[in-house]
Amino acid sequence: MINFTLNGLDVAVEKGFTLLEAAKFYGIELPTLCYNEALSPYGACRLCLVEVGIPGRSRLVSSCTYPAGEGLYVRTHSNRVIETRKLLIEMYLATCPGSKTIQDLASKYHVTRVRFKQKHEECILCGLCIRMCREQMQAKAIGFVERGGFRRISTPFEKKSEECRLCGGCMYICPACQARCQGPQEKSAVCNACLNLSPPCLERFDEMMCYMDPCVACEQNSRGEKSER
Amino acid sequence: MSFLQARLRSPEQFAAMQQKLRLRRESNERYVAICGDTGCAAWGSKNIRAVFQEKLDNLGVKEIAIRFTGCLGLCEYGPIVVVFPGEIFYQRVKEDDVEEILRETFLKGKVIQRLLYEDPLSDKKYVRASEIPFYRGQKRLLLGKHWKIDPVRIEDYLAIGGYSAAVEAFSGLDREQIIEEVKKSRLRGRGGAGFPAGLKWQECYETPADKKYIICNADEGDPGAFMDRSILEGNPHSILEGLLVGGYAVGAEEGLIYVRAEYPTAVEKLKLAISQAEELGLLGDNILDTGFHFKVSLSIGAGAFVCGETSALVASVEGRVGEPRQKPPHLAENGLWGKPTVINNAETLANVPLIFRLGSEGYGRIGTENSRGTKIFSLVGKVNNTGLVEVPLGMTLREIIFDIGGGIKEGKKFKAVQTGGPSGGCLPESLLDLPTDYEDLNASGSMMGSGGMIVMDEDTCMVDVARYFLRFLKDESCGKCFSCREGIGRMLELIDDICEGTGSPGHLEFLQEVARAVKDSTMCGLGQTSVNPVLSTIRYFEDEYRAHIEESRCPAGVCKDLIRFEIDKELCNGCGACLKSCPAEAIEGERKKPHGILDWKCTRCGICLETCAQGAVLKK
Amino acid sequence: MSAKGHCLCGEIQELTRDFNGSIIGVLHNIQEKYGYLPENILREVAKETGFSLIDVYSVATFYKAFKLEPKGKHVVCVCTGTACHVRGSDKAVEELSRMLGVDPGDTTSDGQYSLETVNCLGACALAPLVVVDDHYQAQVTPAKVRKMFQEYAANSSEANLPAGR
Repeated sequence: MINFTLNGLDVAVEKGFTLLEAAKFYGIELPTLCYNEALSPYGACRLCLVEVGIPGRSRLVSSCTYPAGEGLYVRTHSNRVIETRKLLIEMYLATCPGSKTIQDLASKYHVTRVRFKQKHEECILCGLCIRMCREQMQAKAIGFVERGGFRRISTPFEKKSEECRLCGGCMYICPACQARCQGPQEKSAVCNACLNLSPPCLERFDEMMCYMDPCVACEQNSRGEKSER
Repeated sequence: MSFLQARLRSPEQFAAMQQKLRLRRESNERYVAICGDTGCAAWGSKNIRAVFQEKLDNLGVKEIAIRFTGCLGLCEYGPIVVVFPGEIFYQRVKEDDVEEILRETFLKGKVIQRLLYEDPLSDKKYVRASEIPFYRGQKRLLLGKHWKIDPVRIEDYLAIGGYSAAVEAFSGLDREQIIEEVKKSRLRGRGGAGFPAGLKWQECYETPADKKYIICNADEGDPGAFMDRSILEGNPHSILEGLLVGGYAVGAEEGLIYVRAEYPTAVEKLKLAISQAEELGLLGDNILDTGFHFKVSLSIGAGAFVCGETSALVASVEGRVGEPRQKPPHLAENGLWGKPTVINNAETLANVPLIFRLGSEGYGRIGTENSRGTKIFSLVGKVNNTGLVEVPLGMTLREIIFDIGGGIKEGKKFKAVQTGGPSGGCLPESLLDLPTDYEDLNASGSMMGSGGMIVMDEDTCMVDVARYFLRFLKDESCGKCFSCREGIGRMLELIDDICEGTGSPGHLEFLQEVARAVKDSTMCGLGQTSVNPVLSTIRYFEDEYRAHIEESRCPAGVCKDLIRFEIDKELCNGCGACLKSCPAEAIEGERKKPHGILDWKCTRCGICLETCAQGAVLKK
Repeated sequence: MSAKGHCLCGEIQELTRDFNGSIIGVLHNIQEKYGYLPENILREVAKETGFSLIDVYSVATFYKAFKLEPKGKHVVCVCTGTACHVRGSDKAVEELSRMLGVDPGDTTSDGQYSLETVNCLGACALAPLVVVDDHYQAQVTPAKVRKMFQEYAANSSEANLPAGR
């Protein structure tokens, strides 16, 4: 067993667990876009970030690819994690606002504005479809081509692939394909219909946590006073 | 050549042969070193070598050798020819000068005044290379060997003591002793982050495995940096020797050199060096009958900056797309083909034989407390003495740029120096007295990096420099992490706005917020440090950003959307030169009458400014 | 069988001779032989080496050294390293782009010229640097680029001249 500290708790998981699996095991939910239990982890969406190391000497890592290690000090909801994660979600909204998954994430993590220029892309290059095609369907029909800002997902030579069996696995697993609900302003970056969702009661913490998810409005804030909500 | 034909069978045979070569070398010191590095080659040094050879053949002179060497440092004044004995330094040599050099300098011992280096600041002429201020201020432990060696001749390297560190290592020392020696020398990685080389070796040594690898990282991707190339091309055997020592120390029997495809000459020289060392029995099975086997092969990169990152490099060697992966597991546990692997930068490995020659204590006396030894910088940009300089770590930027580099071109004002390549930052005049060691550079928001040092003057726009690096990184990122791929694109979007004069006051704060998030959330070093050019320019040149945003003005006159060309009616004599040269047909006017520029047609290429002999074209 | 109908077996075997588990060396061989990576060859090589076609295509498009389209007869290459940039290489790129009528990375429609940029050639003393085929032109300005190029186009046999200062 591997012993380490997770949000102030001493925890133990089996060897080979990633930090994401460990967090899940202990009931802590972390947002993901490129992760699926049935596929190998990739670490591209960067949403499952956690802070590893003691304050002052810590760094953020993607929990889906980081192995749980003996004696680690891990925080999943520290200020730094939440700030960074929110900015990433804002960037996702600015890039791919048509996805229901991303809109849901935004309202769950209370991201209500987009300061970037609005783009309308259909793919976030999470690579789930590629891994689905390769690992589960054993087809290897699609893959990443080019690199950096020009990276995209394609078939060889941009032609219909001979390996593709039209199984639809890629579409099934895509987090960006499912269209968001069409609110009154469908071109807007943030889906307005969901703005009335209240934010989680305790968004940030270092060494304590709320086990209730979704939030049931515990009516108390961190100081134990009666919440005004 | 006779003693080079037999394969060496023991350390004693090696020592005897080396002694013979040394004696022969000392009795035969008449030679001419012609710089054959890319810079000088482009200035025409290949033809100069051919003419030298032809003239020597015609004269029937056999005792003067020609050494076509690696970079001699002062690229700006190429082609460089140095005459030995006497170390007489000739610069900007032309084919027609060759005969005179042979006749006057070699035969009569006279110095040709017109070919000597003249200091741009003092107008003083220098005869000997080591007297020239550019060389005088340096400590050329690595580069100094270049003019003694023709890289295609292994005997040159052997004659100056080459391979003796490697032979000493695997014929007399324990692996722990070697690692201890390197640890004591406090040699740190010369490729960027400065991780202690000894610790790296120890980790790999301590991991049990049936097979291990040692890789030399010669994928020098930083634009404006060519230190590693100069060593690969000028002294390839020093890299092989470093690999041999490292391979023996960590217990690897296979070494790999990962070299850029953009360096075809380096590849050629390395291939030759490997085959020469194999023939002599310094590489291969059972080296010098000591029971140590070591093979070296080349792996050619294919043009990807991100492959300088160690895990991406491994992916590339294995033939995959160069995507970095999460560490841990570290390469010392799980590297090339899943085996423990140690990766050292080319310059780091070239330092290893030095540690054995000087002793770890002698080596440790060079440099500062935490940064020991020398470092090669490629001093380029708007500086007088463009070239490669090697200095003790800890020398201040001012000494490097002004004392060695000879100051700024055309007497302009120094503005900034960019160190560390696309992962580094721009440092202003107020930090010129900063010592160049790892910690001080990091604290200033830049980094040592591989050693690029690009000097900028008042005509360089710092916002444009930040934009340049973001464009570079947008293309060079592997594209895996959303935060890096999209984040760099978004930062570029914001900087584009600022350069085009459409930035708002909020842009600057937002840019910094995005930069911090990208730095924190990206996996590999490329993404994490991609924000350094942005953050460091904002930190030290905020006024310049503000001038772009608040006054729609580019103080350096670089950002095209914020400048405009005009013709001074008083000064223009109507010669029509600008009208003829303008590619956009944006200039009109009658002959002998003042001309004018049609602003809506003007593409701001600046050709008119360059063409006008009257100085009548003004940039505003 | 290739598009032209004759068997490529011998060629493929030659191209994959030093295959050691890494496809990159093979791609270098192909590029050296043909000047680019032809689609039919890549398909055959994938079969021969057991790689899936998409993996070969991913690698071929990821690395900048590999081209999937044939290059022009002459290659005009502008160094855009940092030293060249601060001395004004982007103006040279723009000027060449305007003269040739192509964007960097493209080839003129008559197949004569390819315009390329490279991140650093390591000849920073010559900055800004333009290389036409193997002819180095040092310390260029937009006006100098125009002049040099016109002269070069008129007489491309003098490719071995040293760089002008």
